[in-house]
Amino acid sequence: MERFPAQPLHHLDVLWIQVAGTLCNLSCTHCFVTCGPGERRHPMMSRGEVRARVAEALGMGVREFYFTGGEPFLHPDLIEILEDTLASAPATVLTNGTLLTASRIESLRRLSDESRSSLEIRVSLDGLDAAAHDAFRGAGAFARTIEGLRDLEASGLLPIVTVTHTGDDDPLVFRERCLHALGALGLSRPRIKTLPMFRLGRETTRTRGYAEIESLRDLPESAFDPHRLQCGSCRAVSAKGVHVCPLLVDEPGGRMGERLDQTLTPFKLSHGACFTCYVTGMTCGNG
Amino acid sequence: MRLAAFGGIYSNHLALAAVLEDLRQGGSDLAWCLGDLGGFGPHPDRAVAALRSSGIPTLRGNMDDSVGHARGDCDCGYTDPRDNAFAQRSYDYTLAHTSPEHRAWMRDLPECHRLEAGGRRVLLCHGSPRRVNEFLWESACSDAFLEWMCAEHGADLLLCSHTGLHWHRALPSGRHVVNVGTIGRPANDGRTEVWYARVELEDGVRVDFRSVAYDHESLAREMESEALPPEFVETIRTGWWTTCLENLPAKERRAGRF
Repeated sequence: MERFPAQPLHHLDVLWIQVAGTLCNLSCTHCFVTCGPGERRHPMMSRGEVRARVAEALGMGVREFYFTGGEPFLHPDLIEILEDTLASAPATVLTNGTLLTASRIESLRRLSDESRSSLEIRVSLDGLDAAAHDAFRGAGAFARTIEGLRDLEASGLLPIVTVTHTGDDDPLVFRERCLHALGALGLSRPRIKTLPMFRLGRETTRTRGYAEIESLRDLPESAFDPHRLQCGSCRAVSAKGVHVCPLLVDEPGGRMGERLDQTLTPFKLSHGACFTCYVTGMTCGNG
Repeated sequence: MRLAAFGGIYSNHLALAAVLEDLRQGGSDLAWCLGDLGGFGPHPDRAVAALRSSGIPTLRGNMDDSVGHARGDCDCGYTDPRDNAFAQRSYDYTLAHTSPEHRAWMRDLPECHRLEAGGRRVLLCHGSPRRVNEFLWESACSDAFLEWMCAEHGADLLLCSHTGLHWHRALPSGRHVVNVGTIGRPANDGRTEVWYARVELEDGVRVDFRSVAYDHESLAREMESEALPPEFVETIRTGWWTTCLENLPAKERRAGRF
């Protein structure tokens, strides 16, 4: 019988909200949730649905919320949803940065100023030049994303730039290379977050899926650190229910229940993505 | 009862001397140090000796635990590689310049402390009651989360440090959370003074933060003569953080220069 470690939920610190479902204006070749135009496997969540989930999580003492998709700025009510949420808690939006119009940025800055809680805008960048980035995200994406980043910085929102670290170079060297490249593009205060690549969604076609050996199978209980994984402190909600984490919203076995209080049980770490998280120590959070 | 609390000395023995003098004149009934005695500044034994001589009870912060046990790094909780590189330099210098006797004393310090005052249960910790290196930033914690944390750990008043930025939140339930700040480096506000907290527990909870000036130029020169990173010295001279700031939430980051 296969044995996998079980990750307890210590406390619900973070709730991920897949507000835009799987709808996106881009079709990135490595998207781990296979989002894109016309992709409606996960529908958008209504403002009322989000408000109910926020209330549910606040009742459990949640610290902060993350909004993702798909592309959150495709949601017609995103600004209102953020306004609802920021009244009670910090919020982060994960975006591809291509839909940041002047009026949206103005609204975001207003929300940030009016709230006691922090509003973080996190923009994904998959290469430090157009050729590298657009190879994942499509022609013209790099230019629009950099424009979005510049506008965010000019407004004082100080975006976090999420970059995928695929090479073997030293993290400090990689970070400095990112900062240098972003500086040359006119960004003076970028905040950098690096993420590993996950072999999920479209990435399984671009490269490959998880190999059998990439697994936490038979990891001895004595060797397992229950404080290493983000699923010890988070859950993700979509229009389809509650999932263990934002990475597994579209994977078999990732859905844990309908209500948050039904998902307090330990999660069996049987997915290849659990291996990536455990080995790299990564978290989808801002830290 | 009037309770004073400070954290994060970071080897800044000159700021500690100024804070101790301020405490002597301030009329507090009790003072606590919430940990992190070394790191960042010069000659760590000087601050530890002064603190121990003062008799002020002290918690074990992450740096004290790491230096005490020679764990290899400060366990500050940073995730950015540049922050971790600077934190490592701090740790290595502090470990090399802290006496075995002081390190043994650090190992035995408590991680948390409870007391009752003004009919309230007061809990003192370094980062948070659940994790010594947890960052409780003002803009990154919902009321719901702080209420949960206080309830979970049986506190009506929670005092913490670790982040370097001081703040106070009166929660809807009547509980209070106070981050007392740090006295080892300024509060990323362009001022060279450092901050600590005074809490009066009588007919409610009143919190005021004290800014304390000290001879920061002398400290900067000591740091230079010890070949500590110029980025650290710049912070002491300008009041702006230059390192270990990548995990600041946007709101707090925007208030700084870098």
